[in-house]
Amino acid sequence: MTAPRVRRIHPQKFALWVGIISMTMLFSAFTSAYIVRKSAGNWLSFPLPDAFFYSTGVILSSSILLHMAYKAFVKENYQLFRGLGIASSVLGIVFLILQYQGWIALNDIGVFLHTNQSSSFLGVMLLAHSFHLVGGLAALSIVLTYALRKKTLKLTPKRQLRMELVCTFWHFVDILWLYIIVFILIQQ
Amino acid sequence: MADISVTDQDLHHGEDHGDHGHDDHHGDKYQSSFIDRYLFSMDHKTIAKQFLMTGMFWAVIGAGMSIIFRLQLGFPDADLSWLQPLLGGWIDINPSTGVGSLNPDFYYALVTMHGTIIVFFVLTAGLSGTFSNLLIPLQIGARDMASPMLNMFSYWFFFLSGVVMFASLFLNTGPFSGGWTAYPPLSELPQASDGSKAGMTLWLLSLVLFVVSVLLGGINYITTILNMRTKGMSMFRMPLTIWAFLVTAIIGLLSFPVIASGFFMVLFDRALGTSFFLNEIYVAGEALTERVGGSAILFQHLFWFLGHPEVYIIILPAMGIVSEVLSVHSRKPIFGYKAMVFSILAIAVLSFLVWAHHMFMTGMNPFVANIFVLFTLIIAVPSAVKVFNWIATIWGGNLRFNTPLLFAIGFVSLFISGGLTGLFLGNAAIDIQQHDTYFVVAHFHVVMGVAAFFGMFAGVYHWFPRMFGRFMNETLGKIHFWGTLIGAYAIFGPMHYLGMAGVPRRYYSFDTFSAFADFDMMNKFMTIAAIVVFLIQILFLINFFYSIYKGKKQTTMNPWEATTLEWTAPINAGHGNWPGAIPHVHRWPYDLSRYEDRDFVPQTEPLAEGEIDGGH
Ligand code: HEM
Ligand SMILES: [Cu+2]
Repeated sequence: MTAPRVRRIHPQKFALWVGIISMTMLFSAFTSAYIVRKSAGNWLSFPLPDAFFYSTGVILSSSILLHMAYKAFVKENYQLFRGLGIASSVLGIVFLILQYQGWIALNDIGVFLHTNQSSSFLGVMLLAHSFHLVGGLAALSIVLTYALRKKTLKLTPKRQLRMELVCTFWHFVDILWLYIIVFILIQQ
Repeated sequence: MADISVTDQDLHHGEDHGDHGHDDHHGDKYQSSFIDRYLFSMDHKTIAKQFLMTGMFWAVIGAGMSIIFRLQLGFPDADLSWLQPLLGGWIDINPSTGVGSLNPDFYYALVTMHGTIIVFFVLTAGLSGTFSNLLIPLQIGARDMASPMLNMFSYWFFFLSGVVMFASLFLNTGPFSGGWTAYPPLSELPQASDGSKAGMTLWLLSLVLFVVSVLLGGINYITTILNMRTKGMSMFRMPLTIWAFLVTAIIGLLSFPVIASGFFMVLFDRALGTSFFLNEIYVAGEALTERVGGSAILFQHLFWFLGHPEVYIIILPAMGIVSEVLSVHSRKPIFGYKAMVFSILAIAVLSFLVWAHHMFMTGMNPFVANIFVLFTLIIAVPSAVKVFNWIATIWGGNLRFNTPLLFAIGFVSLFISGGLTGLFLGNAAIDIQQHDTYFVVAHFHVVMGVAAFFGMFAGVYHWFPRMFGRFMNETLGKIHFWGTLIGAYAIFGPMHYLGMAGVPRRYYSFDTFSAFADFDMMNKFMTIAAIVVFLIQILFLINFFYSIYKGKKQTTMNPWEATTLEWTAPINAGHGNWPGAIPHVHRWPYDLSRYEDRDFVPQTEPLAEGEIDGGH
């Protein structure tokens, strides 16, 4: 008889981290290309609309709420979990709306996707990031529907793992947005 | 997320609870119907076969295309009207003479598709997809991949990507024709050429799907290797195949997203009017005044940041396979196991620092070029270490000259020949003369194209019994080997000469260049050699499919007397690989001819009192 092998990290969590590294590469490619192109001159500067700052606040709060939801989940506190989980996904949707608002605000001051590479890069990164966020939202809603189907929460290792995977990804998408907006602010 | 339960409960049952068999548990609840078993299978062995078969399909298409454009190069005046039933409108018939010739646009489409198909579909998916899937779980002692479901998706994304590419062959305007590197502006402006229209849209879509497939596969390979090794399988007890697959997957995960970013930007430029890669373009005398400020060179950076690592994504699995095959069939431990591991790692790191050697002629600052020359030449060092170690491995060995060994030795020969020409190209000053000539074409076909095919063949002949429980025919195998080896040198040897004389690549015809008129004979010779080699590959296909059903049956579990774990699983093992508990590992994978009285010691055999593990 051999003792069960103790794993430090579940393979699926590990896989998610590997995936996160790869997604990070995508955005570092965008930002490197951004730097290269910007250094060539003929670069249009424009102020970022307020909506993007609001959205930053929104997605940060969403992450915090989701973290609290996870805590509630572990404690099998159904009411709290439901409230926080739903709130954080709603904030995710609000984030998307604000991103859209921000883009429209740019259009209003005459900055369109094709106006200059500066706006094109912003556009491509906004879109790529939004895709990731939609993916996270989909995963989150699946986990929420599963967990909320019954009126009580029962913590199983499988459910906890699922929840952890979704939270990790959600926080990653959050940090990704922080990276993008801080990068653009620094570049301005 | 159904696969969580597969991994944790069924697949590890045996491992976690010791020795009682669990056939019923990791049995076939996922494979109860034909569809689950052969189509949407989650079993890594089946998925490996799917990758292999799909890769073979694409190899036939890709190689067939090269025969058609070689006909044009070797026999530009020949009447090709007999190809009309196959190619239809792509054969232009001269109304007065009735002579059919290949449409020039289609020539470019063929060259482009040939490159794309062989590089991505055959030598990336077909090679790494097949053997990573087959060998990772079997050689590290796991019941399946970390996520069998992602694994299945990886194959089906590849399949879908192939369907899209295949569809593009039937477009009215033809498939993409701007070269496998898809440089803008050709790849961005539909008005630039017929292939840049819908053909390019499908090309992009196909490759985006392909990137998804590679990433899903890669995530799985890495996770499986790092997390699911059986007891005792420390990193330095892993066979070199596994090291190669691991590092290949890591390189892929870091480089494919970068090219994906480039593809997204090309999509934006095509569909949304941005100008990431466009600046002051004139097409047919018309100035595109709206499209300014971008840089086509920027795309080249993004492309080659993937492109160069990609060539190692192709060659590393072949190197791993060759290391394994050479060692087993020369009955000697691999020479310098750790040096092999570290040179794989060194190659991986360096492969990210040399991409601009494909761009010496883009007008880059010569001082910048110098840095890339330096790293490019340094990468020859770990490559040479590997070559020396392979030679030292077979040196004085008790060689069994069977087909897998021959192909592995052929790989080494080709890798040396092709690596040497790389050293010339790697010098920015010499590259001024060689860039975009047939010298480059010869270089990469020898070092990557043919060599990787040889690695793949070595693997197929060697692990065929593991896949199908039968052997391939040895006589046909040997004919296949000698024909391909001699033929490949016959095709690409003269090509170096052409390149040195300055003959440029990607030209439809050299009629108007009297300087290149002297090479007619050589071009004919290469075309004939290419046709012969193509026919010999058909021999391989016959051997392959015949042997699946009628090949010599495998009677012993470990026919090659190898030490590694894949041969401890029963012939035609089912889902879960080992009916009982997963074997544990006690020693490194190369205890061959270590003791006078024993030819080999399997990895599963515990170390004797006082015995020291090899390789340390
Ligand atoms: C000693 C090591 C090597 C050196 C120094 C080297 C150097 C080079 C250089 C400088 C070029 C660009 C030539 C030009 O376009 O003017 C080139 C092209 C190429 N090399 Fe290598 N190479 C080496 C090994 C390899 C290996 C191992 C592979 C693949 C397994 C490979 C695959 C290719 C490919 C595919 C191209 C051409 C791509 C294209 O333009 O379509 N090379 N090599
Ligand atoms: Cu390269």
